[in-house]
Amino acid sequence: MATQQTRLLARAAVAPSVLMLFIWMIVPLVMTIWFSFHRYDLQNLDTYDWSGWENYYYFLTDPAFIQALIVTLTLVASVLVITVVGGVLLALLMDQPFFGQGIVRLMVLAPFFVMPTVSALVWKNLFMNPDSGLFTWISQSLHLPVVIWFTNYPLLSIILIVAWQWLPFATLILLTAIQSLDEEQKEAAQLDGAKPLSYFFYIVLPHLSRAITVVVLIETIFLLNTFAEIKVTTNGGPSTSNLPYLVYLTQQASDIGGASAGALIAVVLANIVAMFLVRLIGKNLEA
Amino acid sequence: MKTAKTLLALAGALACSVASAWAADTLTIATVNNGDMVRMQKLTDDFTKANPDVTLNWVTLEENALREKVTTDIATKAGQFDVLTIGTYEVPIWAKKGWLVSLDKLGADYDVDDLLTPIRAGLSYEDKLYAAPFYGESSMVMYRKDLFAKAGLTMPESPTWDFVADAARKIADKATGTYGICLRGKAGWGENMAFITAMSNSFGARWFDEKWHPQFDQPEWKNTLSFYVKLLKDAGPPGASSNGFNENLTLFNSGKCGMWIDATVAASFVSDPKQSKVSDQVGFALAPNNGLGKNANWLWAWSLAIPKSSKHIEAAEKFIAWATGKHYIDLVASKEGWANVPPGTRKSLYANPEYQKAAPFAKLTLDSIMSADPTHPTVKPVPYVGVQFVAIPEFQGIGTTVGQQFSAALAGSTTVDAALASAQNSTTRTMTKAGYIK
Repeated sequence: MATQQTRLLARAAVAPSVLMLFIWMIVPLVMTIWFSFHRYDLQNLDTYDWSGWENYYYFLTDPAFIQALIVTLTLVASVLVITVVGGVLLALLMDQPFFGQGIVRLMVLAPFFVMPTVSALVWKNLFMNPDSGLFTWISQSLHLPVVIWFTNYPLLSIILIVAWQWLPFATLILLTAIQSLDEEQKEAAQLDGAKPLSYFFYIVLPHLSRAITVVVLIETIFLLNTFAEIKVTTNGGPSTSNLPYLVYLTQQASDIGGASAGALIAVVLANIVAMFLVRLIGKNLEA
Repeated sequence: MKTAKTLLALAGALACSVASAWAADTLTIATVNNGDMVRMQKLTDDFTKANPDVTLNWVTLEENALREKVTTDIATKAGQFDVLTIGTYEVPIWAKKGWLVSLDKLGADYDVDDLLTPIRAGLSYEDKLYAAPFYGESSMVMYRKDLFAKAGLTMPESPTWDFVADAARKIADKATGTYGICLRGKAGWGENMAFITAMSNSFGARWFDEKWHPQFDQPEWKNTLSFYVKLLKDAGPPGASSNGFNENLTLFNSGKCGMWIDATVAASFVSDPKQSKVSDQVGFALAPNNGLGKNANWLWAWSLAIPKSSKHIEAAEKFIAWATGKHYIDLVASKEGWANVPPGTRKSLYANPEYQKAAPFAKLTLDSIMSADPTHPTVKPVPYVGVQFVAIPEFQGIGTTVGQQFSAALAGSTTVDAALASAQNSTTRTMTKAGYIK
């Protein structure tokens, strides 16, 4: 049991890091809250004044707000489904012994190391370009109609790009989980004559549930912040402007007050999503 | 004794060097990472030799980062920079705020009357110059002479929109991947809205009336947007709604566009055989008009200005006079050739036969710049300055939001009417919030 002295020493030891945390996190947060209640435009500091809920009112009643919210949720949900399902399948495949396994694993994981801006540029100019992209060439070779991705399916295009970036992460986590599956359990299933599908649904999937939870939680946090892919490909063009992008638009007009309100609304919404997720699937983590 | 003398001498030398360092001005210059600006940095020996008491400290940034940093610095009066690189968008806004030093002491040989009139107007507030232009640009039509000849067409020097649209439809041959016209469609205040705003001026439209009420519910805007959407649908490249300057440059240089209306600075890229497949077939014309007295061309100038918070105003003035003066143009010409001098700022450059020979597009660039008037950009009167933008702080945000709507209309995901109604609504909201509309 800790004595009073050791407790005091421990407190003194952690004090600097607590102070740092305070400065790095609490101060900006408090400032954001403070600014969100002010008319604070960098280019017009003469009007700096208490504004009450005005910034929140304008942000929440912006017709683009609902649109941005729908886009954000669609993007997050779609990418989660693609990466989790795809990740499980890829992890199962990569768990099988085959020639060149190391190289294949490296190739599958590679997209995770590409920066979002770079991957968006590559997809936009090399793959999805309606004039000279790879997909256009494939369609033309097969005498199929050419798909104009960013014009006709802008949101789908961005979902595909983002999913491509996050699939390796899901695969990596799920592969590690599959590899931790108890050999004895595998053997017991084989001895009992379990068919592949039953083996997958009754042994592998329950074993993966914890890893899937981790993937969903971590990816959600990052996917709610998707920005670079939208900025580079369509600049928010036809129906692709998500919540961070909407805040960015406010900030562009040097309206610190409006942007602070928008940012706080985004934080609140992200927390609601996180709470919902933790309640819904977080129980797995306790098991 | 000898040691004491040596120490004294050393101390004296140290004191002198400290004193001279104290006397020397260190100018911190914020600039954009464009080729012409980077070249300027390489040539600054010429300036520092003539001004040994001034040392230069460069902060070179990408356009958006520069805009953000410089705005924060000047708004908060932080005084980090002595010379700012800003565009025609910022100058009237900041001059009105009293944030910039007026540039009336650039020296007797600076020849301020030699600056092109529209550029000078764009960088002035209440007839006082607040920034000196480093290079300037307008927009023009770049077209393929071979495709025009094949279609039996002759491009007039100042085409109308109807001619451009007819020609674009005649030239377009989608089977061979040749598009009649390439125009900006990617959302953004400096992307599609630069083009569409300039185009709307020639259609008689305006962003705001004299009382700052948005005008997207007026027939002029409907004509502009309908014409633009239909033209690109009939004769433009696929996916035009995600094409900006760079995408269209690539399309044009690879021989896929019959016409391209964009910045005059592109003229040197499309006629450079190293970059363009069609360099020997490019012709130039003024941006189109609709017979209303306004051409669809814009006006932009990257310029140097001094914030009021600078502590080295005199040295900053010397530097700006050097970087934007006639001597600098001669310096670049002697070291890098006439084709590489910063264009679009001085009358004397366009009167120079050597430059005319090196840049075949010089005359049209000059004519394009001269036909833009930032103080009277539209047919009807407006309360703002700026040709392809509205020089108010809120414009970056509303320009991009409206740009998204127009990009959606081009993509076909919304109608022209719905896009205009949405633009009217969002702009009215922002202008009401900002206090322009009571």
